[in-house]
Amino acid sequence: MADLIAKTPLDGIAPVTIGTCTVAEVGLGTLTSIAPYAGAKIADTFKTAHGIAWPAPNRATGKEGARAIWFGRDMVLLAGPEPDKALAKHAALTDQSDAWTAVTLFGPEAEAVLARLIPLDLSAGTFKRGHTARTQIQHMSGSVTRIGADMFLLMVFRSMAGTLLHDLERAMASVAARR
Amino acid sequence: MRLRCPICGARDRREFYYQGSAVMLDRPGPDAGEVAWDDYLHLRENPAGDLEELWSHDAGCGAWLKVTRNVSTHEIKSVELAREVKR
Amino acid sequence: MRVEGKGLIDRTQRLSFRFDGTIYRGFAGDTLASALLANDVRHVARSFKYHRPRGILTAGSEEPNALVTIGEDGATDPNVRATVQELYEGLEARSQNAWPSLGFDLLVINDLAAPFLGAGFYYKTFMWPRAFWEKVYEPFIRRAAGLGALSGEKDADHYEKAYAFCDVLVIGAGPSGLMAAWTAGQAGAQVILVDEDSLMGGRLNAETLTVDGTPGADWADDMVSKLAAMDNVRLMPRVTVTGAHDGGTFGALERVAHHAGAVPKGGVKETFWRIVAKRSILAAGAIERHIAFRNNDRPGIMAAGAVRTYLNRFGVSPGKAVTIFANNDDAHRTAMDLQDAGVHIAAVIDSRKDAQALGDYRLMQSAVVAGADGRRGLEAIRVQTASGSEKIATDCLAVSGGWNPTVHMTCHMNGRPTWDEGIASFVPTPGAIPGMETAGACNGAFSTAACLAAGVAAAKTTLEVLGLAAPDIDIPQADDSPYAIEPLWAVPGNGRAWLDFQNDVSVKDVKQAAQENFASVEHMKRYTTQGMATDQGKNSNVAALALLADATGRGIPETGTTTFRPPYTPVALAALGAGAQGKGFAPERKTTSHAASVAAGAPMIEAGLWYRPSYFPLRDEKTWRQSCDREVGWVRSAVGICDVSTLGKIDIQGPDAAKLLDFVYTNTFSTLKENRVRYGLMLREDGLVMDDGTTARLGENHYVMTTTTAAAGQVMRHLEFVTQALHPEWDVRIMSVTEQWAQFAVAGPQSRELLNGLFDDTIDDSKWPFMSCGLVTVQGVKGRLFRISFSGEHAYELAVPSRYGDSLFRLLVARAEALGGGAYGMEALNVLRIEKGFITHAEIDGRVTAQDIGMERMLSKKKDFIGATMAQRPGLTETGRAQLVGLKPAGPVKQLTAGAHIYADGQEPVAERDQGYVTSVGFSPTLGHFIGLGFVTDGLSRHGDVLNMVDHVRGIQTRVELCDPVFFDPKGERTRG
Repeated sequence: MADLIAKTPLDGIAPVTIGTCTVAEVGLGTLTSIAPYAGAKIADTFKTAHGIAWPAPNRATGKEGARAIWFGRDMVLLAGPEPDKALAKHAALTDQSDAWTAVTLFGPEAEAVLARLIPLDLSAGTFKRGHTARTQIQHMSGSVTRIGADMFLLMVFRSMAGTLLHDLERAMASVAARR
Repeated sequence: MRLRCPICGARDRREFYYQGSAVMLDRPGPDAGEVAWDDYLHLRENPAGDLEELWSHDAGCGAWLKVTRNVSTHEIKSVELAREVKR
Repeated sequence: MRVEGKGLIDRTQRLSFRFDGTIYRGFAGDTLASALLANDVRHVARSFKYHRPRGILTAGSEEPNALVTIGEDGATDPNVRATVQELYEGLEARSQNAWPSLGFDLLVINDLAAPFLGAGFYYKTFMWPRAFWEKVYEPFIRRAAGLGALSGEKDADHYEKAYAFCDVLVIGAGPSGLMAAWTAGQAGAQVILVDEDSLMGGRLNAETLTVDGTPGADWADDMVSKLAAMDNVRLMPRVTVTGAHDGGTFGALERVAHHAGAVPKGGVKETFWRIVAKRSILAAGAIERHIAFRNNDRPGIMAAGAVRTYLNRFGVSPGKAVTIFANNDDAHRTAMDLQDAGVHIAAVIDSRKDAQALGDYRLMQSAVVAGADGRRGLEAIRVQTASGSEKIATDCLAVSGGWNPTVHMTCHMNGRPTWDEGIASFVPTPGAIPGMETAGACNGAFSTAACLAAGVAAAKTTLEVLGLAAPDIDIPQADDSPYAIEPLWAVPGNGRAWLDFQNDVSVKDVKQAAQENFASVEHMKRYTTQGMATDQGKNSNVAALALLADATGRGIPETGTTTFRPPYTPVALAALGAGAQGKGFAPERKTTSHAASVAAGAPMIEAGLWYRPSYFPLRDEKTWRQSCDREVGWVRSAVGICDVSTLGKIDIQGPDAAKLLDFVYTNTFSTLKENRVRYGLMLREDGLVMDDGTTARLGENHYVMTTTTAAAGQVMRHLEFVTQALHPEWDVRIMSVTEQWAQFAVAGPQSRELLNGLFDDTIDDSKWPFMSCGLVTVQGVKGRLFRISFSGEHAYELAVPSRYGDSLFRLLVARAEALGGGAYGMEALNVLRIEKGFITHAEIDGRVTAQDIGMERMLSKKKDFIGATMAQRPGLTETGRAQLVGLKPAGPVKQLTAGAHIYADGQEPVAERDQGYVTSVGFSPTLGHFIGLGFVTDGLSRHGDVLNMVDHVRGIQTRVELCDPVFFDPKGERTRG
């Protein structure tokens, strides 16, 4: 009997470039939401286990392959490694590896593209590398993180992958048409 | 309109879900009696001034907020985490 | 006519355009209005009500007359103001509100009937008989009135919304706005400078005034270049701020592609911006007002400042022999500029007795224009002086009744402007918009020098609040002549003198409103319709209320103004609705089996945001019913596969997880054993049912809750409320895992056979009894298995991480087909659950209690839970409530319909006699007839009664028998077997 075949939310679609910007589906590895229990001192355990700092609200730590992204009230998303077992004592761990669509948007006009979708000031002076936000992406609830000078990581629910791509393509085309 | 979420900062009101009066924070006990329950569920002040209300930062961090808002001017007087208010 | 050597247009770039089919020529930099005037086209429109010939009155967005239609088919834009439409090659404009043509308009009959159509005409005439309101009067009024028409076709262009943020928003890029932006920019603030014009500079582009010794337009151009070079300053031309809203949020409309004709591929026609500013500076300028006199609406009669705009910016003189009528000094500059350009000034008529001529032209003091001749174009005016009356031939009369500061934005949050006797107009009331300063002409400062200084001052005040150090700014030298005015609103005399050109409201109408006791300014507005057109009374409000004040014997301040509301200028609904058209309307949520279902030919139906398969047609099936009946049969006799991933799944962990569940469910979950599932009922605090579903206990402190698809978001928010706002002391964490798992129902007598062979271990009744759950390994993939059933059959739900969903669905369907079954859709799922009397939100619609659906026993008496207290209140517990019943056809008509109502024998089928209603129906192939669920008064004790079902909407009537809602296998033997 054949093995079950894994599919990514956008089914491995090739990166889409319109104008100066490109959107690409990314695999973040294992995604684990970590919600510390009352009074838990998780920061040290987390740092020891994964070598990256426990992020403050609205911040992300780590780098490609292992990121800790603040993901909501009292919650952090560990993206990349399997969560260390020692964390389970301090926090509710939930596997979210298959629950999210993750894409990067990069290019010199990425901010202008996102200004059409996200009701937040994402300008470089305000929303710096390592800043993250839970917010709306068009009509979807999502997560946005600046991971480079002109690169953002965007996440929405898996089921909305097609809508995310559609909305990004429209905004990219609109920005491109202004040149 | 914008609300300053204590966790996320100032955000567009589109990110928030509106619940209604902050009276809902003070749930009566099961034996509090009809009047207390009627007040809790149904009777609401309608001031032309400051109102304490509940909002949820649905499209943001997910925090429930107690907001004091002047309903005549829409001036936001304070925003607190419901969780902190209850402690 | 064009005037050589004048204007900021590019005479090297010739453009051709058409108006009502005739080809004309203009230049780059023209507006449609300036190009029409350059071609001596004066009559461009017909008025709204009386179809009077109208010409171009202004040179800005306040234009009430020159509205045209541009574009064809789906790209049609009606009611475009010719004064703001930039000219482009091939522009095609059409006049409006005239039939058969602009020159010969049959509805001009309204003008002849005008004595009968004055203020209040509609209210007095179209009163009786009442039956005529909708059938006769409204169609008549709608045909007679109106401006441009929509094409009736789908708008082919895209629109978008966007967000922008800044420290300081400067609204208007005239001398005040430019200096404000410059000052704030120099201080390092993040500045956005918006202007509705394509060319920034405001009146500096329309006047011959100088700034620091250079022509104003050149100074503005230089300043705009300097601002554009600054990283912290963003210039947004062609953007109109439409409204000031709460929290420093402003709406602004950008006309992205209107000046180019076609929208570039992928681009948008308009962008609706939401600009969030810490502080704002309003530098919106002022709008010149008209003076009312007989026939003051003739084409060729224009605002004096607009005449200067056409001359100085566009190199156009609107006439060959121009007259000027004014009550202030400012208008005299029109005479000077025209004369300097070689245009003949026939006379300047000034109502003031001490008026002084600025140059060598004929000045008539203490004189007024009492009338105008020339129906489709001005030919002569009649001037009234102390010594008598004189007729002066003229083809253009430039009128100035003074300037009204553009205070509109300051009134958008309930502010009222303040009357300023010195300029005989309203000025903004300080603090009307939190965080907003006002500067320059919009604040009543009319000289260039005053505007430049005011811009700097407003910026400095703003910077101080922002905590930024104000830079030293040299204020440029400019004209500082005083503004001298004596109010003149209307010239007395017979005949109709117009106030509101767009809604055809005359001086007489306002007086009549006062006489008929519509004396409040708000009543006058509605009675006469003054100020209710798309220009929102920009040209007429102050004069109208001054006349109302006079007619009612009150002062202007006590008369007050009507309320200025957003938008400042008209905004297309397409722009406001941007992002909500087509696919943008709402996110599409697709399950992992979506592609496979579509490939199988399944029509997808919306379930909230989700898309789910309705049924899976086989080749020889012609109707959905055939497919549905067959799929139900598969589940009852073999095995069916259905994607149930859309149901909400919530992970609940922590020491107090059980406490939370006991509190939100009516029944108890702390007693549930690990690896077991229990059905739960959730109430709202008012005692009515919120949702239902199953919750599984995966570990001591770990549960996974299932909600209905429809209520998933509501339940999640509810749980957050309980844990944050009611019991923050509970140590419990909740997390939506709906999207993590692809979950499939495997239902039917062959379900276990299908699953066995798929897992590493075999499953049987001892290890996997009904309502058990646990971990399984599906071909190396860790999954979860729940033995639960929504069909009444021996059934399971199998969940795997979503990445395997597509693959597992195809595998399960293939295995089911091999066992004589296959995939089933929502229609079959619905029939299966009705056969079992299982409820959905069709039943628990927010009005029913646990008792109503026969679940009273699920209300625990041993604990407090959400809704426990209020579920016991008399209104919810006493008899006489509608209760859940099963319904079977009992008459010759065998069809049941959802939404139908139930009546007792001999009772008229009217609301007062209503006994209940039908919530769900389906044809049961298992039983061979229609079955339904519904609510009937005291229905639980009325099984066996036969009543009448009436579907008023579909026109269906039948007899129905009330029965137990469980139609099939009432003992549940199949589920457990």
